[in-house]
Amino acid sequence: MSLLGDRQQLAYIASQAADARVNVELETEGMTLNIGPQHPATHGTLRIIARLDGEQVIWAEPSAGYMHRGYEKLTEVRTYPQVTALVNRIDWLGSFANEVPFILAAEKLMGVEAPSRAQHIRTILFELSRIANVSLFLGDLGVQLGAVTPVFFAFRDREYVLNLIEAATGGRFHPNFDRIGGLKEDLPAGFIDETRNVMKKLRTFCDQIEDLLFGNEIFQSRTRGIGVIPKDVALQYGMSGANLRASGVDWDLRRDQSLPMAWNKVDWKVITHPDGDSFARCWVRLQEVRESTRIVDQLLDTIPAGPVMAKVPKIIKVPEGEAWVSTENPLGEMGYYVVSQGDMGPFRVKIRSASFNNISIVPWLLKGVYVPDIITILASLYFILGDIDR
Amino acid sequence: MNAAVLSADLAYWAQSLLRVLGGLVAVLLPAGTIVYLFLFKMMSFMQSRLGPMEAGPYGSMQLFAEVGKWLQKEDIYPARADKFLFKIAPLIVLASTFLLVAVVPFGPDAWFTDFEAGVFYMLAVSSVSVLGILIAGWSSANKYSLLGGLRAAGQLIAYELPMVLAVVGVVIQAGTMNMQGIVVAQNAGSMFGWDGLGNPYVLTQFVGFVIFMIAVQAELTQTPFDMPIAESELVSGYMTEYSGFRFLIFFIGEFATAGVFSMIASVLFLGGWAVPFSWFGWTNLNDIDNWMNVAGPLILFTKMVVLSFIIMWVRFSFPRFREDQLQRFAWKVLIPVSLVNIMLTAIFKVAF
Amino acid sequence: MAKPKVPGLFKGLGVTFGTLMRTATEGSNTIQYPHEKETPPVRARGVIALHEGNCTSCMLCARSCPDWCIYIEGHKELAPPRRAGGSPRKVNKLDRFDIDYALCMYCGICVEVCPFDALFWSPEYEYSEPRIADLLHDKSKLGEWMETVPEAPELEAGADKKGKK
Repeated sequence: MSLLGDRQQLAYIASQAADARVNVELETEGMTLNIGPQHPATHGTLRIIARLDGEQVIWAEPSAGYMHRGYEKLTEVRTYPQVTALVNRIDWLGSFANEVPFILAAEKLMGVEAPSRAQHIRTILFELSRIANVSLFLGDLGVQLGAVTPVFFAFRDREYVLNLIEAATGGRFHPNFDRIGGLKEDLPAGFIDETRNVMKKLRTFCDQIEDLLFGNEIFQSRTRGIGVIPKDVALQYGMSGANLRASGVDWDLRRDQSLPMAWNKVDWKVITHPDGDSFARCWVRLQEVRESTRIVDQLLDTIPAGPVMAKVPKIIKVPEGEAWVSTENPLGEMGYYVVSQGDMGPFRVKIRSASFNNISIVPWLLKGVYVPDIITILASLYFILGDIDR
Repeated sequence: MNAAVLSADLAYWAQSLLRVLGGLVAVLLPAGTIVYLFLFKMMSFMQSRLGPMEAGPYGSMQLFAEVGKWLQKEDIYPARADKFLFKIAPLIVLASTFLLVAVVPFGPDAWFTDFEAGVFYMLAVSSVSVLGILIAGWSSANKYSLLGGLRAAGQLIAYELPMVLAVVGVVIQAGTMNMQGIVVAQNAGSMFGWDGLGNPYVLTQFVGFVIFMIAVQAELTQTPFDMPIAESELVSGYMTEYSGFRFLIFFIGEFATAGVFSMIASVLFLGGWAVPFSWFGWTNLNDIDNWMNVAGPLILFTKMVVLSFIIMWVRFSFPRFREDQLQRFAWKVLIPVSLVNIMLTAIFKVAF
Repeated sequence: MAKPKVPGLFKGLGVTFGTLMRTATEGSNTIQYPHEKETPPVRARGVIALHEGNCTSCMLCARSCPDWCIYIEGHKELAPPRRAGGSPRKVNKLDRFDIDYALCMYCGICVEVCPFDALFWSPEYEYSEPRIADLLHDKSKLGEWMETVPEAPELEAGADKKGKK
């Protein structure tokens, strides 16, 4: 709220007071448009209140919370396996990635490290969920901008990844596969060869999207120079993930942190782009999908043999303590702060989800842009409502 | 001159009835074909899926199922909408389609009206739909619709000009504004002395053809020029508040207009209902045999399908322009190019 | 905005046209659901089946369900002694074992924690009902699902133990 001037604060209070009838004009300047919770463009129930002057935005504010499910309260009365099952549903497109930091935090408290085969398979599934998540982004990008075909290609190729995840874990969207100490069970036979095929198909998909969407001059004129986020502003607002890398910041938690996962065992590069505009964000994500397919291929070549579960007691009671683990999730940096009091379930879990911090930049970013550009910018920032609202 | 099919001994009311039925067929048949072939099937095939398959063999009855569904919906309108304007807006849009089809020739003797200034009438009447769209956007009492309607007004008026200027080149080459005359000029003429293909203006006026097709894409508010509809922002733009029968009119109108504009484009550029006269040894309109009155509409239909395929193909492949980019494209690129095109056509016409 | 360069736009048109041709000649990536059905993988979590003979109503599954959707009622009975001349032993007899699939999250914790191998996953997924109350599957219905439970798949090379729990 300190980002708004005095006049705007009054206007905000006034518009909140007339919340039930947002489209009643209390001021004569500008038209208040409610890009409401039900809208084809926002990825879920996000509400953006915008004051427009013709087609230009004078002032915009996101109003999240329509999908708040009370995760942090739910976790207070559940055990660790139950919380793992729930936590899948925060970022529901790349759901294995949500389980990993939580399990890593619990393992940190217990002082247990998963065997190397489990770490490897965890990393493979993590990257598969990144691919599933971001390939949907690539398709959805087309729809926001008016191209209706890429989204079908995205769903088609994402099906292959989801079938892989289902073959291994039993669930397409909500694997619930990570356990304290390792994984629930081992991979089924044929998984490695099938995954290699799927990675090839995904690389073809990336090429198709590049031809159909990124190479298209109309797309480029819609996204280049739109929604530029300079480096220091991005860091100030706590952005993370591809948004940050697209502003030129070389920041990737997979490389910078030493977590018990297998990223440091394979050869890959961090992709950045100096521009910081919408095109940069989209392009960085496209390249990240390609890079992920290469990571998965390398990991598949080097899976060590061995058990997938460390020696942990049947009934797990995590000792007292506090731990914070964050990972480079598909949407950005996701972290869990787990406070344990020696029980079968956590005492308190604080979930730091990437999209909540990513959309904090929206009021600053949307000043002075046109209405169609609002959609482009929101599409390129890429948030999932479950991630914002938890 | 009456159509040979409607010979002089039919009563006037019978002729009028046939004309009305013919008009309905001429508008609705292309609409239905385009909706099924391109919207349902081609779009689906381009997206690796099959499209509707349940209603009828290969989903051919899907359009009738949709029509039935829309017809049985409740006739609602927003409480604060301007009722009279809200109700007539879709009718105005559809009326412009029927007015347009009146001037398209379907065969040597099969036409509805034969104006001397057919091209002029056609360009004037195509602007009537702008009015309908603006009224729809305003009377819906919805900010999204208003945004859509205003965008539509700006866009459609801006793209009228390239359309007109592109057609001017055709008129210069044909030497007449009569649509039937343009068809004859194309098929009876010759390109640089060779008359194997007649003189289809798509080849000699290629730049004009491209500009006309781009302008048609914009007039139909199809992607990449569909800012007024802009589904992901405005949820349908000026059509948001319409449901049931009124939406059906907009829907049919959109595809009927696409069909009619394709027919006009094929008349102006592809040679219309005829094949090059040299193939049959005809030299002018009176030589043509009567079977051409039946074959003519079929040939025109085929050409229309080809051009609609291009329109729809572009629609399903590209993202949309932003409003100001759209306007810049029209005013700074298309109009100068079409003016240059007219100049060159005039020069070549005089020189050769 | 400058006049668009031709190649980028045409490449896009080429991609859609190529897909059109491919779908027309080789078929689409979709299946027409009611007429053809895909088989889900072996481990797919479709429905939970109950092997009543193994269940001792220890309540572990009901306690570990995140949604508390398993309802178990049982009573203790005297069963005949194992060897002649011994004393009768107390066994748990299952009265009621319901899983409410309207609440079930399909997380699989109940199947995993059962120490007696009484619950199994089956890939069967076509059991939707017009009434929500019918989604409460009782003991006998859960027993019927046992027929659809597949064999556990072979594990990948390098796995430690053969066969899943």
